[in-house]
Parts: sequence; structure tokens; C-alpha cells
Amino acid sequence: MSATDVSARATSGRATQSRNESPTAGSDKVVTVVSHIVLTIWSIIVILPLLWVFLSSWKTTREIFDSPFALPQTWSFDNYVGAWTDSGIGKYMLNSVIVVGCSLVLVMILGAAAAYTLARFTFFGSQIVYYLILAGLTFPIFLAIVPLFFVLKNLGLLNTLPGLIATYVAFAFPFTVFFLYPFFRGLPSEIAEAAELDGAGEWRTFFQVMLPMARPGIVAIAIFNFLGLWNQFLLPVALNTNEDNYVLSQGMARFASQAGYAVDFGQLFAAVVITIVPVLAVYIFTQRQLQGSLSQGTMK
Amino acid sequence: MSANRLVFILVTLGLPFAFYTLFVLWPFAQAFIYSLTNWSGFSPNFEFVGLSNYTALLQNATFLKAVRNNLLMAVVIPIVTIALALALATMVTVGGSSTGAVRGLSRSSFYRIVSFFPYTIPAIVIGLVWAQMFDPSSGLINGLLTAVGLDQFRSFAWLGEVSTAMPATMFVIIWGFVGFYMVLFIAAIKGIPAELYDAARVDGAGRLRMTFMVTIPMVRDTIQTAYVYLGILALDAFVYMAALNPSGGPQNSTLTMTQDLFNTAFKKGQFGMASAMGVVLAVMTLLFAAIVFVVIRAIKGKDNR
Repeated sequence: MSATDVSARATSGRATQSRNESPTAGSDKVVTVVSHIVLTIWSIIVILPLLWVFLSSWKTTREIFDSPFALPQTWSFDNYVGAWTDSGIGKYMLNSVIVVGCSLVLVMILGAAAAYTLARFTFFGSQIVYYLILAGLTFPIFLAIVPLFFVLKNLGLLNTLPGLIATYVAFAFPFTVFFLYPFFRGLPSEIAEAAELDGAGEWRTFFQVMLPMARPGIVAIAIFNFLGLWNQFLLPVALNTNEDNYVLSQGMARFASQAGYAVDFGQLFAAVVITIVPVLAVYIFTQRQLQGSLSQGTMK
Repeated sequence: MSANRLVFILVTLGLPFAFYTLFVLWPFAQAFIYSLTNWSGFSPNFEFVGLSNYTALLQNATFLKAVRNNLLMAVVIPIVTIALALALATMVTVGGSSTGAVRGLSRSSFYRIVSFFPYTIPAIVIGLVWAQMFDPSSGLINGLLTAVGLDQFRSFAWLGEVSTAMPATMFVIIWGFVGFYMVLFIAAIKGIPAELYDAARVDGAGRLRMTFMVTIPMVRDTIQTAYVYLGILALDAFVYMAALNPSGGPQNSTLTMTQDLFNTAFKKGQFGMASAMGVVLAVMTLLFAAIVFVVIRAIKGKDNR
């Protein structure tokens, strides 16, 4: 926002201010105070469960059953160590990192290439391909889950990490193409043509000229794909039932499916903290970085 | 078209599309075919039974109960989430002093950052956390309620009573999404030209009137998108149920179509029937999106007149 813009807005604001000055001043305060109160209450509703989980993660299962408020008698890392090893969170997290990491790289490469080609060239069938990709985005995964089970089984990929990676890539593909398509569409085709005139082949034009220009879009879609794949639940639960290959969301679901007293609740809370903290930390960190550039727009 | 370009198109689009066809399109198409068979999955042969899976579903009380549960969620969850998110977003953006330009609350970024927290937590973990919060004896909810003297909640099973299981479940899902849509609405509201608010103020509009006459019409597209996404999510809801009530809740009060489908396929091995359930779910999803588009377009048309 330019400086003149701001000052113009300030003047127009002052003009309205003189018009209705005193009557609104009182009700203004009320609105502001009420807003703060409501937003604070909501913030407490959001934070309180998380703080309680954090507190409980240091308590023994016995202490957890004694009282939801009491502080732990001793602060020890036992629950965290137990969750990481006994409950297998360490192993599951490693599987998740492998599966999500590989899938993310693959789907971004395949998706960007397909979106670029669809956006730049018109050829026989390109419209049909576009609508078939859109169809994959529209139908629920639940519709495909039974046949998919047998596709993987016939390929010998059932209950394997490569099989899971393949399905992750395939189901993230339409989302990636659909949202990257407008980005490539928005790039002026003159640039690609100029690159070709300068002797760059199709591949160099794509990798060295067009792909870097679509970077903001690629980063945004990659973040959404990461969150979506990291949280994916149905695909692993249905297609990856070998306990050694469990991903994190399956490992966490085990706590819910085990019956009452078989669960070590101290480890459950520790496992929740272990799962939440990395992504939350990344979010808070990037959020603070964004603050500086966003603060101008915040004061509307 | 040059040979080079043909190779380029085949590699960049043809290859990924073939892969996508094998793992996504082909299974989708197969689901429709299987839904017309009595395939049990473990025998290689099956017979075509026409629409009998579908007619059986129409008489299946459990499945119909699940459909009703999903429809209830698809109505309640989007409305409450959007209303709450919009109210909070409005407070953040135009809740500040109304003398001078319309402005947001001071120090509001704290609220925005905190509200977004749940979106960074995997759904299964949100379910686990709240299953513990609602725990009859060791949960924080009953702990707080008994601490303020409401002794009837001493060991009240929120997720185990027919009357409270569904509302508690819907609350959990709403808790998980309000912050995300709040941030989305804040961005949309900031995109509204300030002149519109100034003009409305000059015309003597109060805050409430401004919200209804300026904010909501201007962010209607965002509301529509949010409604469709939340509705589709409510028609699924599988992952939340897996954490809160894996077996369908008291008297199936929180059973969803997706849970029924999953059990029918992978526990009972009735793959033909499960595929028919998948088709019903897909049709309902598409119908839901279509209805939202039509309704919102109708409202828009009325306003423009």
C-alpha cells in the first residue's frame, strides 16, 4: 500500500469522524472490549486442551486418573522415551517422513510438469485430460478405496511403503495440477516463445525459464500437499496394515482402538505432544517472519 | 507439431496421466462396476446382481442411520463453523475504534495465530486429544464442571450418551476448523475496499448493518467455498470418528457412512455392497455441492435485482 493511499484514507476517515463524533465514542469502546473478550475466550478454548495435554504428558497414568489438574510429582522424560520406543512413535514418524517426503517431491515434479503442458499447449484431447483430472478431485477417495486395494494387491504393492507412496502421489496429483494450472496459464507465453527463439529446447524452457517463475504457486501448493499427506488417514489404514510400515497417523489411531486399560495414557499424551510440536513450531516460526511484511496490511 | 514437442508432452503429461489413470480413475470406474455385483472379494468369481445392492441399502437400517447422521453433520458443521469464523474475523478486522478509518483490533495478530493452531494438528490427533478431554473420570471437561459445583457431571460420558455423543463430536470438528476459516475470512475482508465501509458509515450504517450489507455480500464467494469444503468433510468425518467413537457410538448415534463402508469392505468382505455405499456417498457429495451452488446463486440473484 502506498503512502498517499494511507494518507488519503486518513483524511477521508477524519471527514467522517467530524460527522458522528461523540455518539459513537461510547459504544465504540464497548464493541472493542466485547471483541477482545470474545476473542480471548475463543483463544482459551483453543489453547486450554493443548496446555492440558502438555501438562498430562509429564504425569504417570496413575496421576492422570487421580486428577486432571494436579501437577506431576516428578518431572521425568519417561513418557516421552516410552512413547518414542515402546509405542513406536519414533518408527512411525520415520515412516511418515519417508512416505510424505518421497510423495511430495514426486507429486510436485509430476504435477508441475503436467500443469505446465496443459496450460501451454492445446492439442487433441487436452480438454478431456483436464476434465478427467478435475473429476479425480471431485469424487471422494472412499469411492475408490475397495478397487484400489485390489489394484495394489495385484501389483504386489499392498502393505508396502512404495505402494503407499504411489497412492499418495496419485491422489495428490489432481489437486496439484488443478491449482498450478492457473499459475502457468498466467505466465505470458511470449516469454516461453522468446526462450525458444534463443535456442532453448522444450526442456530448458520449462526447467530454467517457466518453472522458476511459478515458484510462489509451487511453494503454496507444496505446503498444502504436505499438510494433506501428513494428515492422510484413510489410505494408510486401508492399504498399509503391516504394523512395521505404519505411518504416524496410524500409530496414533492405535491408542484409540486399544481398549481402556491397555492404553498407557502418559505415553498417549507424550505421543500427542511429539506429533504436534514440530509442525506447530514451523508454523509459529514462519508466522513471525510473515508478520513484518503483513503488518502494513493488518491496520486496515 | 514437432517430434521434440510430442516427446515433451508425452513425458510431462502422458506419463503422469497414465499413472493417475491406473491409481485413481480406474479404481473410481471399477467401483461403479463392483457396486452391481455380489463380489465378496476372496472368491475370484462374482455375479452381476443389478441394482439389488442399492435396494438392500435402502432397507438397511444401520446404513440409513449413518446417512441421517452424515446429513445432520453436513448441515450443522458448516453453518456453525462459518458463522463463528465470520464473527471472529469481523471482530478482528473491524472491531477497533470506528472514529477515523475502519480498523482492526489492536494486538489482534495474537488471536489470529492462536486460532490457527488446530489446523496444524493432524485430525486423528485432534480426535485423540478431545477423546481425553471428554473422558468421564479423568477428562478436563468434567474436571472443570465438577470444580465449579456441577456434580452431575462427575463421571458423565459425553461420548457415551446418545443425547450428547453427536453434539460433542460435531464440536470437535468445528473446533478444528474455525481458526482456518477465520484466517481465510480475515484475508477476504481485508480485500474489501475501505471506501465501501466509509461510504456505509457516511450513510449512517452501524456495525451490525455494515457486517450484513458490506462484509457478507463481499465475501460470499469465500463462504460458498467454505460451505462446500466443510460439507464434504462432514459427509466423510471418518478420521474423527476413528478417534472419538471407532465403533459408531452409543446406538450408532455417531456412525457415519464412511465407517459403515469401511467395515462392510474390510471387516465383512462384502466388496460389492461396500462399492455401492461408495457410489451413494459420491452421489451425495456431488448433490451437496450442486445444492450449495444453486442456493447461493439464487440468493445472489435476488440481491442483484
